[in-house]
Amino acid sequence: MSKEHDKGMSLIVKVITRLTVGLILLYGIYIVLHGHVSPGGGFAGGVIIALSFVHLFLAYGKDVALKKLPKTAMSFFESMGAILFLSIALLGFTGGYFFLNFISKGEPFRLFSAGIIPLCNIAISLKVGAGLFAIFVVLVLLKFEWEKKE
Amino acid sequence: MIIYLLCLILFCCGLYCILRKRNIIKIILGIIIAEYAVNLFFILVAYRMEGRSPILSSEVEIVNMVDPLPQALVLTAIVIGLATTALLVALAMRIYEKYKTFDITKIKELRG
Amino acid sequence: MIELYVLLIFMIIGAIVAIEMKDLLSSVIAVGAVGLGLSIVLLILKAPDVAITQLVVEILCLIILIRATLKKDLPFSTTGRWLLNSLITTGFIVVFLFVAIKAFKDLPEFGYPIMRVANTYLKEGLVKTGASNLVASVILDFRAYDTLGEATVLFTAVIGVLAIIRRIGRKKKDEVVEEDDE
Repeated sequence: MSKEHDKGMSLIVKVITRLTVGLILLYGIYIVLHGHVSPGGGFAGGVIIALSFVHLFLAYGKDVALKKLPKTAMSFFESMGAILFLSIALLGFTGGYFFLNFISKGEPFRLFSAGIIPLCNIAISLKVGAGLFAIFVVLVLLKFEWEKKE
Repeated sequence: MIIYLLCLILFCCGLYCILRKRNIIKIILGIIIAEYAVNLFFILVAYRMEGRSPILSSEVEIVNMVDPLPQALVLTAIVIGLATTALLVALAMRIYEKYKTFDITKIKELRG
Repeated sequence: MIELYVLLIFMIIGAIVAIEMKDLLSSVIAVGAVGLGLSIVLLILKAPDVAITQLVVEILCLIILIRATLKKDLPFSTTGRWLLNSLITTGFIVVFLFVAIKAFKDLPEFGYPIMRVANTYLKEGLVKTGASNLVASVILDFRAYDTLGEATVLFTAVIGVLAIIRRIGRKKKDEVVEEDDE
């Protein structure tokens, strides 16, 4: 019973997952990058990226999913997101005060406008995505241990 | 005014669930419902009649926008609520492992 | 505005169903319905950023809750001193409602907010930051400290969950020590 549980779901779910999981990841990255032009931003995009990995985990079982994003890579991405966000904030000291918007503003409605806002969005999405996927993996692995004991 | 009352009734439903239920998972569901009600209340305060969403567009000039400040506050509050719920679920799973039940009246030992 | 009232009444009915059901899996699904209704209400109130975030966060919350409660639901019954507990709870909620209604009279009317600071953000947002999405300019430029605090809270919550689930050095009679560290 638990061996079947480890291998994932049925064949139909696996085929559909193979088609859609790349699209979900791409959609999450799109929402993060266009955070300053259309609604969305770092938080929603990060959660969507985490959801794409959760989808892979639920359909294929834990071995395949953890090979795509191993535990060391998860903790690396989360810490890197936090450090990137803090260093962008500290670099504002070159102009005067904390969190100063020091890159040029550009023209509105284009992708390369609005100073530090796209960079901050990318850093936050890394942090939120990796953190939430780590929470999910740890909670499900605890349940797998219980099922092996019974 | 009536709409604020409906939002408050939703909050009181969550509060009743926290106070009166004996299953830990039901208490967690009550906390989630109360959180939804508080976020909804913030966005209700920020609405302006015949207003538009606070996103500028390149063709049309928009003059009448809703308040963007409570929306920014609620955006972070939603993600923090998710983190709190995950922490509560982890605690509940550890309690189940030790006591083999979710009933709070049977969890009486203070140490261990 | 009639759709706003209809959706709010749907959410209240969903919450009452979630509270009263004996089966745990059905209550979790009912809370999911309340969350989806909230997402539509946020869209009607012209807040698309918040609606997107609420939708995806609620889906992840449902997944975590269902994984935790699968195969573990136990029916329970309330016994002993039921009448006294119900009376005290209802009395408390009535007092709370009464005080809150008195406080609501000071709020501005629904639809006409006082926007003292927000007028500055709306007028000068595009010129000072260059972003078209004014909510993004508020959370990442005018009020970036709040976002820093939120990142810290999320980090602490992830560390907390990993610390609770981790199992190091617990050895019973026949049990093998499993080092589950990340």
